[in-house]
Amino acid sequence: MTWRSPLALVRDALRGQRAREKDLRNLASNLPYEGLERAKQPNCYFPGNAIKTTKYTLLLFIPMNLFEQFHRLANIYFVGLAILNFVPVVSAFQPEVALIPICVVLSLTALKDASEDFRRYQSDRKLNNTPCLIYSRKEQQFIKRHWKDVRVGDFVKVVCNEIVPADLLLLHTSDPSGVCHIETSNLDGEINLKQRKMMSGVCISDPEFEPESFNSAVVCEKPNNNLNHFKCYVEKPNKEKVGAGIESLLLRGCTVRNTDHAVGFVVYAGHETKAMLNNKGPRYKRSKLERKLNTDVIFCVILLFTMCLIGALGHFLWLQALPGVPPYLVPDGNGHLDSPSLSGFYMFFTMIILLQILIPISLYVSIELVKIGQIFFITNDIDLHDEGTDSRVQCKALNITEDLGQIEYIFSDKTGTLTENKMVFRRCSIMGTEYAHKENAIRLAVLDVPESEEEVIFNQQPRPPRIGWSLDTEDSNPEDTRHHHDNRRKSKVTGNAQSDAAFSSLLEAVVIPDRTLLQQISRAESSSSSRNIDPHLDFFLGLAICNTVVVSVATAQRQRVSGVSRSDQTSNPLDTLSSLVKKSGSRQHFFTSWQHKPKKNRTISEDSVEEEDHVKPPVKIEGSGETNKLHTCSLHAPSQCDKSAMTPDNLSYEAESPDEAALVYAAKAYGFTLLARTPDSVTVRLPSGEDLVFQVLDTLTFDYNRKRMSVLVRHPITKEYVLYTKGADHAIMELLATPYAEHLSGKQKNIAADTQYHLDGYAKEGLRTLCFTKKVVSDKAYESWSVNRQRALAAIDNREELVMDTAVQLETDLSLLGATGIEDRLQESVPETIMALREAGIQVWVLTGDKTETAVNIGYACRLLEEEDLVINMSCGNKFAFTSMLDCTLEEVRRFSEDPRNVDTTQNISLVIDGHTLTLALSSDLQKRFVDLAKRCRTVLCCRVTPLQKSRVVTVVREKLNVMTLAVGDGANDVSMIQAADVGIGISGQEGMQAVMASDFAISRFKHLKKLLLVHGHWCYTRLASMIIYFFYKNVAYVNLLFWHQFLCGFSGTAMIDYWLMIFFNLFFTSVPPIMFGIMDKDVSAEMLLGVPELYRTGQGTGEYTFKTFWISMLDAFYQSLVCFFIPYLAYQDSDIDVFTFGTPLNTISFFTILLHLSIEIKAWTVVHWVIMLGSVALYFIVTLAYSAICVTCNPPSNPYWILQRQMADPMFYLLCIITTVVALLPRYMFHVLRNSIAPSPLVKARHLDRLDPSTRDQCMKMWRSFRGIAQVKPSRLSTPPSPTLETPVDIHPHSPTTFDIMWDERHH
Amino acid sequence: MMASSYNAKDEDGHITVSGPGGGTLRSKKPENTAFKQQRLPAWQPILTAGTVLPAFFIIGLLFIPIGIGLFVTSNNIKEFEVDYTGVDMSSPCFNCSQNFSWNSTKPCTCTIPFYLDQPYESNVYVYYGLSNFYQNHRRYVKSRDDSQLNGDVNSLMSPSKECEPYAFHENKPIAPCGAIANSMFNDTLELFYNDPNGTRIPIPLNTTGIAWWTDKHVKFGNPGGNNPNLTAAFQGTTKPVNWRRPVYELDADPGNNGFINEDFIVWMRTAALPTFRKLYRIINKKSSMVPTLPRGNYTLEVVYNYPVRSFEGRKRVILSTISWMGGKNPFLGIAYITVGSVCFFLGVVLLIIHHKCGNRNNSADISN
Repeated sequence: MTWRSPLALVRDALRGQRAREKDLRNLASNLPYEGLERAKQPNCYFPGNAIKTTKYTLLLFIPMNLFEQFHRLANIYFVGLAILNFVPVVSAFQPEVALIPICVVLSLTALKDASEDFRRYQSDRKLNNTPCLIYSRKEQQFIKRHWKDVRVGDFVKVVCNEIVPADLLLLHTSDPSGVCHIETSNLDGEINLKQRKMMSGVCISDPEFEPESFNSAVVCEKPNNNLNHFKCYVEKPNKEKVGAGIESLLLRGCTVRNTDHAVGFVVYAGHETKAMLNNKGPRYKRSKLERKLNTDVIFCVILLFTMCLIGALGHFLWLQALPGVPPYLVPDGNGHLDSPSLSGFYMFFTMIILLQILIPISLYVSIELVKIGQIFFITNDIDLHDEGTDSRVQCKALNITEDLGQIEYIFSDKTGTLTENKMVFRRCSIMGTEYAHKENAIRLAVLDVPESEEEVIFNQQPRPPRIGWSLDTEDSNPEDTRHHHDNRRKSKVTGNAQSDAAFSSLLEAVVIPDRTLLQQISRAESSSSSRNIDPHLDFFLGLAICNTVVVSVATAQRQRVSGVSRSDQTSNPLDTLSSLVKKSGSRQHFFTSWQHKPKKNRTISEDSVEEEDHVKPPVKIEGSGETNKLHTCSLHAPSQCDKSAMTPDNLSYEAESPDEAALVYAAKAYGFTLLARTPDSVTVRLPSGEDLVFQVLDTLTFDYNRKRMSVLVRHPITKEYVLYTKGADHAIMELLATPYAEHLSGKQKNIAADTQYHLDGYAKEGLRTLCFTKKVVSDKAYESWSVNRQRALAAIDNREELVMDTAVQLETDLSLLGATGIEDRLQESVPETIMALREAGIQVWVLTGDKTETAVNIGYACRLLEEEDLVINMSCGNKFAFTSMLDCTLEEVRRFSEDPRNVDTTQNISLVIDGHTLTLALSSDLQKRFVDLAKRCRTVLCCRVTPLQKSRVVTVVREKLNVMTLAVGDGANDVSMIQAADVGIGISGQEGMQAVMASDFAISRFKHLKKLLLVHGHWCYTRLASMIIYFFYKNVAYVNLLFWHQFLCGFSGTAMIDYWLMIFFNLFFTSVPPIMFGIMDKDVSAEMLLGVPELYRTGQGTGEYTFKTFWISMLDAFYQSLVCFFIPYLAYQDSDIDVFTFGTPLNTISFFTILLHLSIEIKAWTVVHWVIMLGSVALYFIVTLAYSAICVTCNPPSNPYWILQRQMADPMFYLLCIITTVVALLPRYMFHVLRNSIAPSPLVKARHLDRLDPSTRDQCMKMWRSFRGIAQVKPSRLSTPPSPTLETPVDIHPHSPTTFDIMWDERHH
Repeated sequence: MMASSYNAKDEDGHITVSGPGGGTLRSKKPENTAFKQQRLPAWQPILTAGTVLPAFFIIGLLFIPIGIGLFVTSNNIKEFEVDYTGVDMSSPCFNCSQNFSWNSTKPCTCTIPFYLDQPYESNVYVYYGLSNFYQNHRRYVKSRDDSQLNGDVNSLMSPSKECEPYAFHENKPIAPCGAIANSMFNDTLELFYNDPNGTRIPIPLNTTGIAWWTDKHVKFGNPGGNNPNLTAAFQGTTKPVNWRRPVYELDADPGNNGFINEDFIVWMRTAALPTFRKLYRIINKKSSMVPTLPRGNYTLEVVYNYPVRSFEGRKRVILSTISWMGGKNPFLGIAYITVGSVCFFLGVVLLIIHHKCGNRNNSADISN
């Protein structure tokens, strides 16, 4: 680089600054300037693609880190004290030595920061050196460079399955339709494919893309962190402007899929990319325990000041009482003695320095270390590892582990959290006729049976004619039978493994069509003319079209198995599949049979479905075919998007929500196969084999306000504009066209009513319901709407609102086609988990967007609601009525709970409330009453709530009841709730990673919550609470030795213990045992905690770490220090002992007392405990002996030389150590013994049980649980029903057991 | 692998960065080891009346005999103490105590007669005791220079600032510097046995063996090592203000002179408590036949130099035999007996509790 004047440099810097700050950026291709020096290039002001996420640089590490650390008040305090020590009049110790503790603490923290930063540096370096392809004019081709070489204005080529290195404006793709698929899981965790369109016409791209022909300017906005928004236009040399948005931007971090290669123009690089701008630092939450701890630290400060005041006052009085100037009063350098009052004033500060460790300096560091250890154990728990996704529990918030042990309220999402979120098409209703899909139900039921039983069922089943549809009717050779069997087992495996492969699992992919419906369709097909489409066909067309499902060819996707190792959090189907592959390895022969005929088209046999021999809906086995292919052709980069390869067999669907996929699969089962979807068109294969290409004019996407989505297409045959809308029934029903229904026949008039009836039935079964409608839009109407729409889309201000308005405009006068019922199966062990959580004293609330009926049924299924429960159903339109209803119910519930007959049964009230009523309940004036009511209910179910309401509920409960809350959810709609709660838990499920990203802990199954809370939560809490209390105790007990000595040395601030030994005492001798205690102590075994969830209650509310425990331990510390000081004092009274010889036994006694105190607290002694405890003792003696042997004159005035050696030769020393330790610990020991003997806490009982042998223990555990259980599940009824005079009466009724039984049957075969 | 996930991954400490095309799929399943799964075999003691009973009885049974032993040992120690401060008019040292001056040239002597009603059989240790003397005052304790005392020549000539204001006098470094040395106890005590026939027999007092061996031989040393000419070694220094003689004239015996003078070393070991005694002399036992100090009348002759009126202090002389546990102090014995009894008593209480509640615990009746 040539030399340039500083002025020019400054000018350039300013210019660069201006260029970066401008609202619009002008970018040009770098190619014409290739080879020129950097300053002459047009884009030189924009940062390169190299990233640096490290906080520090090597040179500036120390000052920056120190600066950072001094943001902590405690550190400033200690540094202040150390500096104070340099003031001669007040110094208590040698000033240099006083710096040591704070230096050690600071350097420990710095070390931790440095290692973290180094890790970041390494990953940066790795990332920066990732290879990529950049176009070079010299070479006339794309050449291999590194990510860090990418600069704004470059042309970068990305090939399939490669990660995009910077934000690229897509200019060219290998796909003929100009589409590039990307997967954004790295950014938002969503694993479905997204389409990006290339900008056409700005570059010569036929037949080869030529970057050199790009001579336009790209004008784009200033970088921002909005992942879904981008504004830019390309200005061609002829001043023509072509606009582009987010749909043409490939974001850094995304992975290119299904596209051979794509070329883009770098718009933002490095830290300006959207991905990096979105990269926020780690989250810091303050745990409840830490908040409490801070108040106790303040108590310690008060205590410290009191003690210092006593010291200052004492010194003053002592000086006052002296009759003359004794020889032991040392004047200052000039021979001048300070007045007593001034000395007293100085003494105050000396005392602060002397007693400073009363404020536990190392507590914060120790807590951090303990939490690291705790997190290590949580993440290493094998029980919280999900086989299916191969994911562990992730702790994202490092400092709230102990909050897990204090949860009182759990707010749970339903879909995907309690349920699998694997949608299975169950039944549908078309034009008012219900199709029950019995066979499908049976199939699902069979899948639920344990494998062994299934085998029996399968072998014995002589293919009853009732099941008209069967897989193996084409040829019934044994191999195929086995195949069939394997198929089932396969799905069983998938089910068991709790795979996340939602979009390909057999469960959803295979739908057994309803026979009558099949007939109906074939009849309709044969009869209907092209003009007049039968509603049945329309219904399935709607199913197939009205969605955002992306079609991908099985061979083309998921190839990344071997390609990219994934991050922890992206749990995608891939792992499932690979684990399936592994599993199948053991069943080799099955697998080979699969490979022989994976593509075999099986059709419905003619003899079983005789009526329609021309209908041969292909039965696809996506999951299997895919697994198979995955195995064989994983190393290719196939992305053939040509239609010929698209046989229905190897299609697989990727949907944003699993419902959509389930519906598409259902349509496919009836022959309506979605073949392809591009932004502009949808291809559907009809049962007749004909492929229809619908032109997609617009997609009105789903939102939580409208609760519906629509797709506007142009029918290829009729050329009509057709709007297919699907949505929640209540959102659809009010939009139905009444005039349309009027001129239909009487029978059809009732379609809506019938459908509604069916829908209610579905909901009662716990199915998720969706309504499908169609609307034919006239050309004229479309034209005018289209104009509005364009305007709305182009709007800059409140664009979202306008777009939604246009959607609402179009979605009117719909005609109902039918409705579907989709089953979302409960996750494994959900009822058990909920039961356990409830026994643990946690109130579980479910907040769902589903219908009340669906929610209630799920509630019964997962035992949130019990048969005997009193269910209060609150649904009310106006506020006045609701207020009186609330008062009435509250009164009733209060009376109920105060009734002496119902002492044990108050818990059994459940509340079901819907979203609308919830809004009323959460209004500020009713909040208190509502919370009061909810507090008395065992379960609260909130239905039809919006994400915002969810977080409102959490916030209100948290603040009004002042309880610890936990929110668990899996979807984007749970994010606000997760963030509002004290502990947010994300379930990495089907709905992307947003919830996980926002969460503090991420788990993969709901059932993991049980161990996470009951075991780890309990452990973390008790460990940390005990450790903190111990820490306070330790410091006070030790420092008070010095304080008591002040009464005997004229309050002059003398320390009788060598200062180095004091430092060692805190830093080495007694620091490791409490940390180990905080990480490893185990009061009760995991089995007991899981077996008796009640034990969790000990941590709830105030828990073990309370005001009381704190002060008790403080008092104990005072007592112990008194004993540790005054027994030796009395023993050495009027002897020739010198100051530091007196201090040595004190130090030793205190050391033993503190360690033995900990031993009393330790509940389980493992090898590690022994090693550390004995190691500490050994360390103490070795270090002290060595120090006393070496230090002859090194640390005046203490002169430790040979003191300990001499003491250890004196039997008095041992006699003193023994008796003092015994006397000091006797009260605490007695206290523990008496409490454990006379009034043992449940934890102690549990520990007793722990020592029994496993079988007896299990028996006892059962007894214990059943005893509590009986107390809880006593049936109860309200004496009188609530006043029925209300407009909307309170619906209090014991839920009818019949529904419950049905539910139970269906879910728990 | 991706830029956007640093934060998340940093937090849980599992960074998996790998470029496209690299990396293998490794299971994240945690290792099933006893340590990681927190299943290490553990000893889980539960403190209940039943389990701790033996401990209490053992403590009781051990402590009581130890206590009795200590008590008896302490009681066997013979100790005689005489206060010679001279506060009372009647006291022979009253006059001496009244005219206080550190530098008075005329020594004031007082004679205190006393009677020992028991013969002292073994070695007798002669202590002087001071009360209300805060040798443990923070600034006093610091006011010394250990390297000077160790014989360091540099420190001898330029004492550390800790010694201020007793570091220099008339521009000469003080040896030994500091307030401790300056305030050294300078009374001379002599002991005479008044033979029944009237003669005063002086009792030989041993001046050596009263300081710690390590102090005398390691920590303290004269400048110039074993240079016998101490006067030369201390050339250029001056004596502490309150002293009458320079440090090299403390004793005639060259092995007990200068910084390694044992009286000086003993004084430099600052006492922990405001009332203390310091070993002054040892009266060695001459033969097994005669007691070291037979019963009879004695005279203590004190050259009264040390002023204690400024802090209302007391001066005592203590004659004491010692045992393995040091001087006379019944406290430890009593403490052991008390604690032993308390533990025994608590053991009995626990036994009762154990019988009343223990059965309930041990049975499977956990549901109460």
